[in-house]
Amino acid sequence: MTLFADIALLAFLIAAAIAILRKRDLFTIAMLSGVYGLLSAAVFVALDAPDVAMTEAAVGAGTSTVLMLATLHFVGREAMPPRKRPLLALIVTVAVGSALVYGVSDLPLFGDPKAPAHGDVARHYLERTGEEIGIPNVVTAVLASYRGFDTLGETAVILTAGIGVLALLGMLPRRQRREVGAEPAPHRDHTILRVVAKMLLPLLLMFACYVQAHGELSPGGGFQAGVVFATAFLLYALVFGTRRARAIVPEAWLERGMAGGLLVYGSVGVVTLLRGGAFLDYDVLAADPTVGQHVGIIAIELGVGATVASVLIAVFFAFADVDPA
Amino acid sequence: MDLPGHFNHYVFVLLMMLGLYAVIASRNLVKKLVGLTIFQTSVFILYISVAKVQGGAPPIAQPGVFVYSNPLPHVLILTAIVVSVSTTALGLTLAMRIKHAFGTIEEGALDAMDAEDEVR
Repeated sequence: MTLFADIALLAFLIAAAIAILRKRDLFTIAMLSGVYGLLSAAVFVALDAPDVAMTEAAVGAGTSTVLMLATLHFVGREAMPPRKRPLLALIVTVAVGSALVYGVSDLPLFGDPKAPAHGDVARHYLERTGEEIGIPNVVTAVLASYRGFDTLGETAVILTAGIGVLALLGMLPRRQRREVGAEPAPHRDHTILRVVAKMLLPLLLMFACYVQAHGELSPGGGFQAGVVFATAFLLYALVFGTRRARAIVPEAWLERGMAGGLLVYGSVGVVTLLRGGAFLDYDVLAADPTVGQHVGIIAIELGVGATVASVLIAVFFAFADVDPA
Repeated sequence: MDLPGHFNHYVFVLLMMLGLYAVIASRNLVKKLVGLTIFQTSVFILYISVAKVQGGAPPIAQPGVFVYSNPLPHVLILTAIVVSVSTTALGLTLAMRIKHAFGTIEEGALDAMDAEDEVR
């Protein structure tokens, strides 16, 4: 059954990718890339990766599609036909593809429990997490504790990209704020859309909080909660207009959230240093090392969630603010 | 060639080729970015496929389950997805800036303007 789902979903993915390649209307392409994101999330569920699937569903099908549509508003939706003779592109693609096919023949078979990837480190994580970290979700344990330093870097990359977007878009012509306020809500006539969005929103936000708080026990954590929260908020902004969305989350908060999240993460590392441990070694945060791990993981997951959610919402506002005229 | 045993890996190669082709052959900058997303997702699928263990469960400890899939690739890809959306946003922003400065995001038109500049 799993194999069947896997093969069917991957076939759909290929179909979506080919459709994207053949289309010239960028609006169609943006919607197809949303489909592609949702399909790949389904593949991740079939492959035992619920944490990854949750993130990809919110990001691939939600946030990036919305950002792409906002871009099309500014750059126009019609793409020029592709190159007349894409000979070089074909040669490069086929060459890389054949090299990879040659390499695949040496890979361990799909699902092989003896594959080298499941060796030392992975076995250590699976066998010792219960004892060393004391939480059931091994993905969260690796992300937040074993590889906490790596995750600190990833969070910094997200913050940097967010700052880059805000700085670059700040130079484009902006819509006048008063004008935004004067225009009616975008979907005033779509009663069903507004009612359904209003009913869904509290559930989505509650789900985001659950994912944030429950990341140690079930699929979830700061990254997942951040993207789910941001996507829920984007839904609100799309249906009820960015002015009302801005009234709920002012821009100053977002800027503080972006930087504050990373600050919380880094501060946890400094606190562990001051208490005599290594950087981000949560064992020293409490008398009992397992309790210390819990405290550290909850703190840095909150930081990650704040940074991810604020960056995505701030980026969306910046995109929505650009004046296409 | 063991097709069933390597099915996921061949799909990864095919998706990666489609993405790479879209990046090189299409001339619209937004479409190139979509191609890059396809390329990126193909790598995600490769990692998650490598993590899968036959008969395994998602790596969340529960009583009575002894075989789990490998958590490490999940962690790497989980963060990579969130990083990818922020970098895609940055790419889209650059496309908007280029549109503002040059009036087009078509590679051919941009190249022509570049050539004109050099003649001058």
